[in-house]
Amino acid sequence: MTRILLVGNPNVGKSALFSRLTGTHIIASNYPGTTVGFTKGYLKLGEERAEVIDVPGSYTLEPSSKAEEVAVEMLKEGDVVINVVDATNLERNLNLTLQLLERQTPIILALNMWDDTRHRGINIDVAKLEKILGVPVVPTVGVTGQGIRELVRRLPEAKLPENVRTYSNSDERWARVGDIVSQVQSLSHRHHRWYENLADASSHRIGGIVIALLVLFVTFWFVRFVGEGVINYVADPLFEGLWTPLLVKLSLALGPESFWHSVLIGKLIGGEIVYSQSFGLLSTGLYIPLGAVLPYIISFYLALGIMEDVGYLPRLAVLMDTIMHRLGLHGYAVIPTILGFGCNVPGIMATRILESRKQRFIAATLISIGVPCAALQAMIIGVVGRQGIGYVAMVYGSLFISWIIIGLILNRTVEGFNPELLVEIPPYRLPPWRVIGEKLWLRVSGFIREALPIVLGTVLVVNILYTLGVFNAIADIAAPILTGLWGLPKETIAALVVGFLRKDAAMGILASLGLTAKQLVISSTVLAMFFPCVATFVIMARELGVRDLFKAIGIMLAAVLIMGSLQNLVL
Amino acid sequence: MTMHQNDQFTLAEMKTGQTGTVVRVLGGHGLIRRLDGLGIRPGKKVTKLSSTLFRGPVILRADNTQVAVGFGMARKIIVELDKHLPRAS
Repeated sequence: MTRILLVGNPNVGKSALFSRLTGTHIIASNYPGTTVGFTKGYLKLGEERAEVIDVPGSYTLEPSSKAEEVAVEMLKEGDVVINVVDATNLERNLNLTLQLLERQTPIILALNMWDDTRHRGINIDVAKLEKILGVPVVPTVGVTGQGIRELVRRLPEAKLPENVRTYSNSDERWARVGDIVSQVQSLSHRHHRWYENLADASSHRIGGIVIALLVLFVTFWFVRFVGEGVINYVADPLFEGLWTPLLVKLSLALGPESFWHSVLIGKLIGGEIVYSQSFGLLSTGLYIPLGAVLPYIISFYLALGIMEDVGYLPRLAVLMDTIMHRLGLHGYAVIPTILGFGCNVPGIMATRILESRKQRFIAATLISIGVPCAALQAMIIGVVGRQGIGYVAMVYGSLFISWIIIGLILNRTVEGFNPELLVEIPPYRLPPWRVIGEKLWLRVSGFIREALPIVLGTVLVVNILYTLGVFNAIADIAAPILTGLWGLPKETIAALVVGFLRKDAAMGILASLGLTAKQLVISSTVLAMFFPCVATFVIMARELGVRDLFKAIGIMLAAVLIMGSLQNLVL
Repeated sequence: MTMHQNDQFTLAEMKTGQTGTVVRVLGGHGLIRRLDGLGIRPGKKVTKLSSTLFRGPVILRADNTQVAVGFGMARKIIVELDKHLPRAS
């Protein structure tokens, strides 16, 4: 099968173009042996089916980060390269093009964001560029699909230029780039568009902070509004209207005292099935992932996708840089951190974009301790929120304080250096809804595929362990800490043990224990900070190595002991 | 701010809105290479767009590319200011 590679600088609209080329069947995967992700899809090329790979964005073929290394590695395995070039940034992009031309893979150029050139007063002579480079050049607009058909039609013309020039150093190459640009591009007067003024405001030293606070507020509001909306108008009606009647029939058929009733349906509360408390495989086991968590997964990843593709995150990174330096990180670390609010696993994977080992250790440790994933947050909002929104704020406040304090301490104690921020600030773009939709689908279906079986398995195991009396035995050992330090009933040990498998399921146990508001705040804070779930655990071991993993766990245990006790004293 | 030879300032010293030409990058090989990939290299015209409070990152523009660099890096990028524009005092 022909393998087509999409190669280009970051922020050139590669994903939008990819989505236009490949249609629906997209697979997200990791490059073998690494945690650098890429997406793969298929394109019908005449009778043949060709594989299309969206290679991670790279500025040069001399890699300076793990992601760029992978990009270079993947280049060796392609049959055709579609070099995606930002037409509004010809000079910088052609530098990569010339490097690609020195390689032995046929190339076709997609001159993307073509529609933007006119607003910006940029005129490019496409025919002349094609002649100079010696490879086909096709103007495209990834977001609208303009030029895609032409790109596919001319794909077979992709070739190596007849006389490839190689450059002994970067200066020579830049000189050639400058030469080409001066021949094909002319500039005319342009008007500042309204959102460019907004772009300038969000980089302003004061305006930027105001806008950032506004963006964060609107994002939280949006996530909650959409999440609660899906729960109230879709998930709950579906469960109540369609699923409950079936379960009631099953409950009657099994008889409330039978073994299978307690496993499948769980205990009846006042003679009824209560999804938050019954804790059976088919009641709570299905309701947690699909009814309580999935709506928030959808709303969180929708908000994140929009922020990513509009181009706001790098600006947030700049604003947060000074604070993050105090924690031994730099501004770019907000990106893995925000990803961690969805799921800690991709968050910790994304620490790969940080340059030094010290930064990666601190970022991963802070995410695993102080950043609750969307599944856990949905349950915290659902369970603790029933006691009042103030209690939810206490949980978040405690996590935030731990995050800051642990960061401050680690910055002083962990050896290594903390390099500075260096990041491109892409122009704001209107959200490419198609790309956002596809990314949302990848993330949501990934959640269902991975979380659903684990939650069900967890609920099953918990029910069996309860029946065997295992939790009672552990509870007695853990009682001094649980009851003595944290003021929690010893039954909460079940939740902490289960938290190792799935934190949302663990919150489900807490919900069924009838705790006071204070106990709920303490137990959910402890649960959030305590051992990460097994998936996060594995990814931390892989990213940090076993030694550093144990260090992180030591920090985690100390932090959770102190925070839980403090809450018990203060609240 | 001290006056430098030939109107040369570091990017950190420049005022917001000033434009000039990069003459030197004082950093190590790694920094030079990363800036080079972004198109920021000696001979390139750059405009300082903004700075952040408490010695935070500096944002500059080269052609249509905007780049944020840490304050320490900004002190290593030497820029010769355009003559016809208002100078730093």
